[in-house]
Amino acid sequence: MNMLKLSWKYLIAKPLNTGLNILLLALGLSIITVLILIQDQFENKMTKDAEGIDLVVGAKGSPLQLILSSVYHIDYPTGNIDMKDAKALEKNRLVKKIIPLGMGDNYQGYRIVGTNHDYLQLYNAGFDAGKEWIKPFEVVLGFEVAKKLNLKVGDSFIGSHGIGSSSHEHDEHPYIVSGILSQKDNVLDKLILTSIESVWYSHDEGHDHDKFEADVSISGFPETDEDREVTSLLLQYRNPIAAVQLPRFINSKSALQAASPSFEISRLFELLGVGVKLIQGLAIAIIIIAGLGIFIALFNSLKERKYDLAVMRTLGASSIQLFLHIVLEGIILTLLGAVLGIVIGHGFLAVLVMQNEQGAISGLSAAVFLQEELWIVAFAVIVGFVASLIPAWTAYQTDIAKQLTKS
Amino acid sequence: MLSVRNIQFQYSPDLKFQIPDISMSAGDELLILGKSGSGKTTILNILGGLLKPQSGEIILNDTKINLLKGAELDKFRGKNIGIVFQKPHILAPLTVEENLKLANYFVGRKEDQNLNLLKELGILDKRKSKVNTLSEGEAQRVSIARALANHPKLILADEPTASLDDENAQAVIKLLQEQAKKYSAALIIVTHDQRVKDHISNHLIMGGLS
Repeated sequence: MNMLKLSWKYLIAKPLNTGLNILLLALGLSIITVLILIQDQFENKMTKDAEGIDLVVGAKGSPLQLILSSVYHIDYPTGNIDMKDAKALEKNRLVKKIIPLGMGDNYQGYRIVGTNHDYLQLYNAGFDAGKEWIKPFEVVLGFEVAKKLNLKVGDSFIGSHGIGSSSHEHDEHPYIVSGILSQKDNVLDKLILTSIESVWYSHDEGHDHDKFEADVSISGFPETDEDREVTSLLLQYRNPIAAVQLPRFINSKSALQAASPSFEISRLFELLGVGVKLIQGLAIAIIIIAGLGIFIALFNSLKERKYDLAVMRTLGASSIQLFLHIVLEGIILTLLGAVLGIVIGHGFLAVLVMQNEQGAISGLSAAVFLQEELWIVAFAVIVGFVASLIPAWTAYQTDIAKQLTKS
Repeated sequence: MLSVRNIQFQYSPDLKFQIPDISMSAGDELLILGKSGSGKTTILNILGGLLKPQSGEIILNDTKINLLKGAELDKFRGKNIGIVFQKPHILAPLTVEENLKLANYFVGRKEDQNLNLLKELGILDKRKSKVNTLSEGEAQRVSIARALANHPKLILADEPTASLDDENAQAVIKLLQEQAKKYSAALIIVTHDQRVKDHISNHLIMGGLS
């Protein structure tokens, strides 16, 4: 027998009361856990995906939409832009590097993105198998795409028009897998990458077999004398002055729109922040109610337990031990609540991720444990300690003689 | 072994108890009789160190109980004084055996004598039971076992037979006497129960004093 066991016995003597208090606390803490997990991973992912991209240029529209579609590949593109406008930008002395993107097709819901090899370098992508695309219609699959669709190097498939799944298929020309990327835990995992030329040719009427045999461009824009379009451009600044001048220049002068990922993302988080704050407030309210519940439960049980406490004193327990006995009950309760809350939080996130295989949430992982979660446990234990202080103090002051002679 | 001298105690200026001097050796028995309100329970509380007298001294095994304070007094009480109450007051969340183990834990004593004790009191088969499954007589025996769990030098019993029928009352008194003899402890029973009178020859009658 020891203090911990004693407190535990008293807790399980009232399973309903104890269970309810643990559950209530766990509920509040699980909400906080989910929030922390999502926020941390979202921010991490978003920053990681946008690394190296100073500016995104695309058709006029919502700047946030442009960023979401071109950097994170979750929203629809704002439209296409003219190759001539795009090429004009390439010559700008403020631009260090420019990566064109061509979108519009998908395979089984995974986006087919036409670009050049610079895009792979931007994310330091490595290969699990095969190599980069050289010819038109050769594609490189992201890690997750290859795994989910069970495709290997040399396999071929026919893309569908549109960005989401279940649109009509191009029947002209199949894509051939030339390489599979290793896992990066970023946006590349879910993309099918190919050359800009592949995207163009798949939408062309008629077949020009000479073109299909020629090598595609590896860097910069493809050589073409036709009227062609791309969806958007990812830019790197040459110097800090570019950050000031270039967006203003593009937005005012041309038919194009420029958006900064870091600016748009912080704006997005600001918008989401209101919702997050609200949920956080709710969670904290639940935790306070749980703390009150524990306080009331302990305080009420004290009334029935005054005899027990007095008897313990006659058996040799000191006042401090009785104080500890009650405080331990509060701490055991909240500790269990915290552990359960974290488990529920992770479980909830796991279910959420499972149900959204291709959405924005699908990139999150429930199997990540953050340091902040230890703070949740510490926070819960503090709640338990505070909630049990007054009852414990009452126990500390138990007047044995008075209790025992009052029959 | 137990010596009580010049004890004075008052709850308020009008309610003053003069407590007779007591002197007992190991294995002695004493019955304190008196009507309700005569101060029987007060005596018991003072002897058990639950109440502090205004003056006088209580010496148990060379220790002046009235000088002990706080945790020191609690530990001394747990180790040397076994108290049996009118109601059993078994800690309901714990099993019979755990009740005894808790008594051992609070004074840092080994738990190896408990089963023996339960056997002697005829409740060994109840050791895993909770209090709400016990009969009144069994529960009172458990409370005796718990009071004896640390092999006290002084056993105090406060109306131990009050809620028991004749048969159980007699059994409980016999048990207390036997166990007190066995551990050579002094036994003091406080009661107004006339049935107990015949079993113990040494009486102290309270009441009638101012």
